[in-house]
Formats: sequence, C-alpha cells, structure tokens
Amino acid sequence: MAQRIEIALKEGVRDARGERVRREIEHFFHLPVREVRTIDVYTVDAGISQEELVKAASEPFSDPVIQTWSLDRPLADGFDYLVEVGFRPGVTDNVGRTAREAIEYITGRPFAAGEGVYTSVQYLLSGALSRTDVERIARDLLCNTLIQRYIVLDRAEFTASGGVAVVVPKVTGETRAQVREIDLNVSDEELMRISREGVLALTLDEMKVIQGHYRDPAVIAERAKVGLAARPTDAELEALAQTWSEHCKHKIFSGNIEYVDENGNREEIRSLFKTFIQGTTRKVREQLGERDFCLSVFKDNAGVIRWNDDWSLVFKVETHNSPSALDPYGGALTGIVGVNRDPFGTGKGSKLIFNTDVFCFASPFYDKPLPSRLLHPRRIYEGVVEGVEHGGNKSGIPTVNGSIVFDDRFAGKPLVFCGTAGLMPATINGVPAHEKFIRPGDLIVMTGGRIGKDGIHGATFSSEELHEGSPVTAVQIGDPITQKRMTDFLIRARDKGLYNFITDNGAGGLSSSIGEMSGECGGCRMDLSKAPLKYPGLDPWEILISEAQERMSLAVPPEHIDEFMAMARRFGVEATILGEFTDSGYFHIMYGDRTVAYLPMDFLHEGLPPMQMRGVWEVKRHEEPAPEVKEDYAADLKQLLGSLNICSKESVVRRYDHEVQGGSVVKPFTGVANDGPSDAAVIRPVLDSFEGVVVSHGICPRYSDIDTYHMTANAIDEALRNYVAVGGSLDLVAGLDNFCWCDPVQSDKTPDGEYKMAQLVRSNKALYDYCVAFGIPLISGKDSMKNDFWDGNVKISIPPTLLFSVIGKIDDIRTAVTMDAKRPGDIVYLLGKTGYELGGSEYLALKGYVGNSVPQVNTAEALPRYRALHRAISQGLVASCHDLSDGGLAVALAETAFAGGFGIAAELARVLWSGDESRKSDAALLFSESASRHLVTVRPENRDAFESVMAGNCFSSIGVVTEEGRVTIAGLSGTGVIDAGIDELKQAWQSPLREL
Amino acid sequence: MAKARAIVITGNGTNCEMEAAHACRLGGFDETVIAHISDILTGEVRLDEFHFLNLTGGFLDGDDLGSAKAQANRFRYARINDLKEHLIDQIMRFIDAGKLILGVCNGFQLMTKMGLLPAIDGAYLTQTATLTFNDCGRFQDRWVYLKVDPASPSIYTRGVDRGLYLPIRHGEGKFVVDGPATLAAIEGKHLAVFTYSDATYSAPTMEFPLNPNGSVNAIAAVCNESGRLMGMMPHPEAFLHRTNHPRWTREELPEEGDGLVLFRNAAAYVKANLL
Repeated sequence: MAQRIEIALKEGVRDARGERVRREIEHFFHLPVREVRTIDVYTVDAGISQEELVKAASEPFSDPVIQTWSLDRPLADGFDYLVEVGFRPGVTDNVGRTAREAIEYITGRPFAAGEGVYTSVQYLLSGALSRTDVERIARDLLCNTLIQRYIVLDRAEFTASGGVAVVVPKVTGETRAQVREIDLNVSDEELMRISREGVLALTLDEMKVIQGHYRDPAVIAERAKVGLAARPTDAELEALAQTWSEHCKHKIFSGNIEYVDENGNREEIRSLFKTFIQGTTRKVREQLGERDFCLSVFKDNAGVIRWNDDWSLVFKVETHNSPSALDPYGGALTGIVGVNRDPFGTGKGSKLIFNTDVFCFASPFYDKPLPSRLLHPRRIYEGVVEGVEHGGNKSGIPTVNGSIVFDDRFAGKPLVFCGTAGLMPATINGVPAHEKFIRPGDLIVMTGGRIGKDGIHGATFSSEELHEGSPVTAVQIGDPITQKRMTDFLIRARDKGLYNFITDNGAGGLSSSIGEMSGECGGCRMDLSKAPLKYPGLDPWEILISEAQERMSLAVPPEHIDEFMAMARRFGVEATILGEFTDSGYFHIMYGDRTVAYLPMDFLHEGLPPMQMRGVWEVKRHEEPAPEVKEDYAADLKQLLGSLNICSKESVVRRYDHEVQGGSVVKPFTGVANDGPSDAAVIRPVLDSFEGVVVSHGICPRYSDIDTYHMTANAIDEALRNYVAVGGSLDLVAGLDNFCWCDPVQSDKTPDGEYKMAQLVRSNKALYDYCVAFGIPLISGKDSMKNDFWDGNVKISIPPTLLFSVIGKIDDIRTAVTMDAKRPGDIVYLLGKTGYELGGSEYLALKGYVGNSVPQVNTAEALPRYRALHRAISQGLVASCHDLSDGGLAVALAETAFAGGFGIAAELARVLWSGDESRKSDAALLFSESASRHLVTVRPENRDAFESVMAGNCFSSIGVVTEEGRVTIAGLSGTGVIDAGIDELKQAWQSPLREL
Repeated sequence: MAKARAIVITGNGTNCEMEAAHACRLGGFDETVIAHISDILTGEVRLDEFHFLNLTGGFLDGDDLGSAKAQANRFRYARINDLKEHLIDQIMRFIDAGKLILGVCNGFQLMTKMGLLPAIDGAYLTQTATLTFNDCGRFQDRWVYLKVDPASPSIYTRGVDRGLYLPIRHGEGKFVVDGPATLAAIEGKHLAVFTYSDATYSAPTMEFPLNPNGSVNAIAAVCNESGRLMGMMPHPEAFLHRTNHPRWTREELPEEGDGLVLFRNAAAYVKANLL
C-alpha cells in the first residue's frame, strides 16, 4: 500500500517557488492571487516499515531547520484552491529516483522490481479565484499535460475527501514480447498509410525500396534460415525508418539537387554535404598542408583537432528544437545533456570542458493570438532557459558562450542549439585517443540509464513538422546525475584501456548506435531481452529504438569484460552485455532465442537511393525606405540598445555557471561593473599551462530575408571577428555549421519549397566560399530541416538560420583582450570600412523595414586585417577590442563606453567609407551593419606601434575615450548627432530582460 | 619526512574536484588525491591517511531532495565494504584527530546538513542551520566581496587583511539558523568567518547583488570553534590566478588569486601541527 510523505515549509519561511508562481499568474493571467505556497509530496510505493518511512521523511526528505513533514496526513491549510501536479506514468522522475536511493541507504536493501517513489508538488492558491481560473492556471502554467497530470480541489472538496488521494503513476503492463509482421505487398496508398500511422516518416519511394527488398527471392531464402517469414517485422521496419530518417541520414544534404539561379543557369549538385561541407574541409586542409590540425572530421560524434602535442580538442553543436517546442524544460535539458555525450563518445572519449548555448525565440512579450498546441513564447523561454541551466550546471561543465536571437517566426518552432567541447589526451596507452575500432567478437555493452518508452520515434518525429497529434512519447527528460556518474566511471575505464569503442545513444537509441557500430566490423548479434528496462511491457521494437537518455554503447573485448563490469558495479553504474559484434554482414537482433530483425548491413546503411530535389532562386525586392536625415539620433540609439536582439541577456547568463573547472579567463560579462557584453570566451582547460581555448559564434537569420548567401557569409565573419576580438589565433581555428531550416522540399504543404531549397543551396555555396577564403576547416556540424509549424490552417516557418561556431587557440591567455574601454585618453580606432549596408539591419527593423542592401563580406581585406589585429593584440598594443554587429557603430561605441565606465567622443567624418559617396549619411555611418569591423582602443603611448602593425589595412582613428561618462558623436557636418550619458544608455540596454 | 596529504572527494555530482586539487597543490600540500566516493566505500581509500578533506562544489545527487541532502544521508548510512563501520565513523575519527575539513558551496551545504557546522560546543551531527534558496529565486554566478572577521578562530584566514573577492555560483546559498540562540553563538564566538560586504570590505550588507542570496546577517562562511572545520558558499578554488578575476584586463593585480591563501594556510597548519 503506497503512502504519502508531505514536506512543507515552516511558518514564516519564505517560499521562493510559490512567490515565483504567484508572479507568473499575475503576468500571464492578470488574476488576483494573494499568495501561493508549495508542498512537496513523495508517494512511496514499496514494502518498507513505518519506522523506516519516518526516518526517510525526517532525515533525507526534509530539512529540520526550515521544513516540517507528515506521513499520510495532509499538511495543506489556509488556501482557497489546491493544485497537485505529478508525472504521468513512465516519465523520468529524477527526484523520485534520488528519493528511492536515499531510502535504500537507510534500509540497507534495494527496492524490489515494481517498487518506486513518485514525486509531486502541491500549489496552495489563496485569492478570489473561480474554478475555471484555477483550471486554466493548472493547465497553462503549472502543468504540462503532455508529461504531467494534475488535480484541482477547493477547500470544501479537500476537507470532504480528507486530502489528496494517493496516486501511484506506475507503468503497468506485462512483457509479451510481441513481434508483428507487416505485409508490404499492398497498394501505394496502403504503403503510405503504414508509414504515416506508424510515424515512420518514410516517403512512398522509400517504402517501395523496402517493399522491393522483401520481394527479393535471395533475401527471402536468407531470412528463412533464421526462421523469419518473408514479410518484415515491426522491429525491422522501425530500424529502417530510424536509420533512414532525415534526422539520422540527412537525406536533404545527401540528395541530388537541380539548382537554377536568378538568370536561369542550371547546376547539378550531388550532395550538398559532400560538395560544400566536406569539400570545404578538403580544400582548406590542402591549403594548410603541413600546418593541418584536423585529426578526425565528419566520421565521429564530434570533430577533433590538435590543440597541442599533448591534447586534442573535440567540439560538437546540436539542436533539440522539436522536443523543446513540446516540453521546453525537458526538451532543452535533454538537448544539453544529449550533446554532452557527443564529445564524450568521440574517439575513446573526452573530458568535457565547456558548453555553449544559442536560443532562438519569439518575443517573450508576444501578445497576438497563437495557433492551438503552440506554447506561449515566454513559457518556451522560461522552460528552455531553465532546462539548459539545470543540465549544464549539474553536469559541472561551464557555459561560456551563447546568445539569444528573437524573431516572431520562432513561435512556430524555437531553436535550441547546445554545444559542448571536450579535451582528450593526444594518446592513451600509446594509441591516438581520437581513433577507435571494433573487432568481431567484441562484446556489445550498454551503460547508464534504463530503457523505457521515452523518446520513441524521436528521430523520425523531428523529421516532421509539428502538428496537433505529435506523439507524447517523443519527449524525453534528461538526468544529468545518472549521466555524470556514468561519465566519471567511463573516463576511468578509458584510461585503463578497458574498451575499444564508445558512442552515445541519442536519436534512434540502440538501433542507431549499434547499427552504426556494426558498420565498423560488419555485423552484430544482439539480444534485446537482456536490456534493462524501466518497467515491463515494452515490445522488442520499442527497446530497439527507445531514446531513453543517459546511455552509452561500447565495444568491450572479452578479455577486459570482467574488470569493466566490476568497475561499473563499484561506481554504481548499470552496465549490461547485450551481445557481440560480428562480421556476418547482418544486423541480427534477437529477443531470447528468437530473431526479431535480420537486416543486411549494406541494405541498412546503403540501401536508400538519393532524393531528387530542385531549387530555384529569385531575387526578392523589399521596400527600400527613404534615407532619414535627423539632427539627433540619441533616441534611436537608445531604442536600438533596448531591442530584444541587442539588449543585455545578463538575467539569463548569470543563471549559468561559467566558471566551474577553474579556467575562466574571458567571461560572458566584463568591464568596470562586470556587466559589459564579451565578444567571445577564453578558457584555460589545463590549469598549469597558459595556453587557452577560444570559442565564439555568429548567427544572423534576419539577413536570410534578403539573401541566405550573405546571411551565411556574415554569420561566418561574425564568428571569426568575435574570435579575433579576444585574441584567438588564426593559425588554429576550426568551424562548425548548424543549419536550421524550414522544410525546403516542394510539396502541397510547402508550395514555396523550390525557393527555400535555393536558399539552402546559396547558404552552402557561401559556406564553401567564405570558409575556404578565411582558411577555416569545418570539423563537424548538424542540420535540422523541418522547422515549421502546420496545423492544417496556419503555417509558420522559421527564417533560414545558420549558426556558425568557431573554436581555436590562444597561445597565451595573458594576452587576451576584453571589450571595455580601459582609461581616458585612449585613442579609439575603427578597423574596416563602413558602407550603405542597412539591409536586414536592426535599425531598419526598428523602422519596420527589411531593405535590400545586405552587408557583404570582403575576405581579401578582412583576413589580412584580422591577422594584423591579432599581432597587435599578441604584442599587448590593444587596450580593448569590440566587434561591430547588430546596431552597427553606434551600439558598439555605447557598449564599449558604458562597459568601461568612461565616455567616448567620436567623429563620423573620420570613419572610412566604402561604396557610393552619395549614400553616405549620419544614419548609415551610425547604424549600418557592414561586416568585418572592430572598434579598438589603444593607449596613446602605443599609437605608433599599433599603427605600424596595422599598416596597409583599412583603419582610422575616430575619437578618444573621455573621463566624463558621455557618448558624444559628431555628425558629418561637425555638429553633434548623439550626446547621451553612459548611465542612461546602459539603462536602456539592461532594462528589457532584466526581470525575466 | 612525512607528507602533508589532501583529499578531494568526488562522485555523484561533485564538480569542482580538479580545481580544488590544483588549489591544494599550489597551496603546498605534498600530495593531493582525488578520490571517488566509491573508492572510499570499497575501503580502497581511507580518510585516516589524509590531513585535509575537501568537500567541494557541485550538485550532489542533483540536489534533488534539497542541496546535498542525499549525500548527507549517504554519509550517515553507507557502510564501508570491508570494514565494520559507516562512512560517518571515519569522518568523526578524522575530526577527532584534529584534522581539517573545508566545505565549499555544495560542500558547505553538506557539512551544515550533516550537523558538522556550526556544531556549537562540539555538538556534531545535530543540524542547527541550513542553506536554502536564494531570495532572488534563481541560481546566480557572480563575484562577491567577503569581509573577514579577524577575530574568527578559522585557521584558514590567517593573514587575510580585510577580505577576499571570490565568485559564488549557487541557487541555495541563503544561510539561516534554527533560532536566535544559534545565531548569537555564531556571532559571539566569531564563527561567521566571512560576510558579504561592499567593495571596501567596510560592513556586511543585505543589499542584492552584493549579498546574492539574502543570508541572515550576510553570513557567507562559518567555522567551528576549533577553526579547523570551515564551510563557505563562495569558491576560493575558482580564483587562483589573476586571470580568473573578472576585471584582470583592466586592473593591476597580483599574480596569485585571492582564494589561494586558504589552501596555503591549511597546508601550513598541517605541517606545523599534524606531521
């Protein structure tokens, strides 16, 4: 019989959680709530004594200084309505798991199968509320009904029923190990029905390829030998659907595209990935020759580069968009702990040294109607920020860099980019650590969490747009602590050489990880009945493709298996032998002694014919606003500083631990009051060395409205100029591309697919052109291609977005530079030229325009200038350096000044201009977003040295740092166009998101 | 010659073991071991072999039952495999032997919830204080000024002039006590080693963000009456070199960071008293 333990705060103790809920009720619903208090509930469903329960309640579950507890007696009192929110059956309950372990320590014996602890939270609301109000609060704020359930009781009901009834959200079911066969000898319509209703996300062409395979007499004969009928099993179809999903196979990037440009010129592209991404790296590595630092690119979970003779750097950035749209907290948490496993599962495994996060949201202040099923952008913002906070902080990995981009089209799908870097020894036991192999006979071992129904169809689901019936099981919730335990253990096993190969279980679960690993040696034989389950009732196909989190798959040679398993036990990590790797040529999956899947490796991995697609480019003209001429632009500057894309994100950034591991050098915020925005991060991953790692990124989806070619060029340039600004070396810098696109395949649902495909092609062309010109090899990346919302009526497509991340080295962290003005009298230089490039700018957006003159990147001028700037920084000649991006020169001047706590006096007449003189104006000089520019301050005594290092490049001194805290800018005519105090500028910049 | 030996316990969500061990080495310990909790529970590593125990920052068991609660429970009930004792017996023996324990952040939370601090009049294992959610309701990573109490018995702060500048990184750092008697004892015996203060270390403050969590009387660190056990929310191991300082690119700073002095004092104490 399950029992309830309740934990309440003592009288007079502040309930921070309740206060926050009360504020949110006010904000979202404008309802009169006087007070919200909270109670934690543990429902213990286990055979333990009363005395042991009392011990659990009074010791680990409650804090005697601030809390009281009760056993089977409700503590709630003095409320008008009570809402209790708990998880649905089978949803990961991390607190419940910890509570169970705590009881096991007390009793000294493990829980029996089926026993468990389940947590829920009671919210006690006081105020003049109706039941309808409370139902709304419960449904739209306190509970995500996808993963949670709630109950509402008013005071009278609560009294009458003697409290809240005991609910045990236990998964019930028995393992029948059912395997179905599916008849594919059916009509095309029927084939599509099978794909759709099974959430396989396979196209008709793909279904027909599978149909053909199962009609092949040779295949039928081989199947008979293992006791299988001619018809495919559900496990086989699921494995194929997962392996061939857009998410795993990147069909759009590997397909064939006919591209037609604006002049009607045709071009045949065989795989965007091979042509433009791998092509970039091949070309750059050729150019680098002996200086090539790439060690492992595109073939593992993350890219690996040489950092120095002793250490290699590993980096990967992933997205977790669809799950975050459905369950922002769980989806984002899974996003960060999921990408952690990529560098961890690269080569023989690496120690994780930092995270980066970039989020794209609609405005949290969005006040227009939203289609049903879409969560309000502010809930998404809150949930994603908190999910990544918990995932990153609890894993002990510093979050060092990131940004938040706002555009209301992200209401259709938020973008949640999470990146993680690792550091691995160059060699382990004398072998390069980035290399791994599998020998037939090596054992298949899975470590970490258990398998449940969580995340089933995650891979195929993220290959589809969101719709009304998107499946509940597609959401997983990460558990950073189980993962941390596992990684603590595996790093030790790595150093002892106990395994040959490691990879993560992410999208597609075992089907994907073991499927890919089997490709290394030519086959496997795995028994799913051995897999540890969270609860009974899973069919073999579900075990095969479940995306339950916190798992790694390994190949352990038989001679090390005993030591490996013993060490796992000691660390409290579950490890299970599931079978062995073979060279049979087959992906052979058993359940007990029965074969449930028998797929030839070459069909599984190579059986899919390339997609045929078409892209047609057209130049779209946007309304071009008339040039604005004003005498005073201070109000425009303040408005820009307060725009969502430019304003301070400090309220979010401070919630992320950016200093754990002790190597923080350039932090997210800098300057006299620790609140100026840094351009990039510098860390020192090895504490007895002064060599550092530099990371930064660029992202500018607004430019996609004009031309994705230049959007991409600007994203690459932005990442690199941020990197150079803090002192990153151009001799060792690598890039990562993350494409988040709306569906670019022409169909009834996507009538503008050919244009969107052309946008994708142009972005790829720019990626090649600019990375080759800058000499940046691409080492890894990812694409997410179906970022649309479609409910049958409304379609919301995100703007095509490329996140470009760079990672590299600074030889000596003591030469790093920050963006804050350092002292009065320092000379202010602007490096690079400014042109009439307001197209897609924040300034035009403020005025309600897109415009056409999108900024263009000139690598022939930028690269030598970046190299010269790097020399100047390395020689200690630069006092501060800040990149110019959103909002242009005016914003950069303001940020440099208020971060430093000084003023700046500058003259626009001294800014170098590029292009048509007739378009030169104060507004263009102030707000144009021309690429490749830096704002630098230099001590007067370093003037000559700085100018001589920079000689031959475009730069000019435009002003001076002043004692008085004012930004004063003289216009072209010589009279002031901006005169504003740094305090008011900082206030404008800090206020929009300060309270979120 | 005997060696000064430090141990850093890790596992189940401890995060700061690398930099804490680095701090011990820089501070002058001859040997520093990072031991996973499983190494201790199997009896492979014994606390008796060390002089200085670091309970460092992190999220033990995800702070799922309240910060460090599950680890406090583990320390109390977990048995050492091949010895007939609980882990807590080793810890009490360590304390009785006059050795040093420094709890930082999650480690401070752990020591408080185990009743190792403030342990007035040697009343160990009875909890009289706690660390709970910050008043601002959020995790915070920011730097704070810590005014030292020069009259405190802490062996770690010898020679600290006015105070230290260190980062805090926590969501549950608000120090509260079970009643006025405990607070009076802490203050009367000068056990509140550090208080959150203004930038000149002139007076304790309750003002956010200088006091980032709303701790009673701005208390940021507590030691026991012997001065050998100390817990603190700020992270000394996060400021060992000047480049850790948030304004190192604009201020003239000594090469060594503010946090190192605590580890130097610990090593000096061990060498003078325990070898």
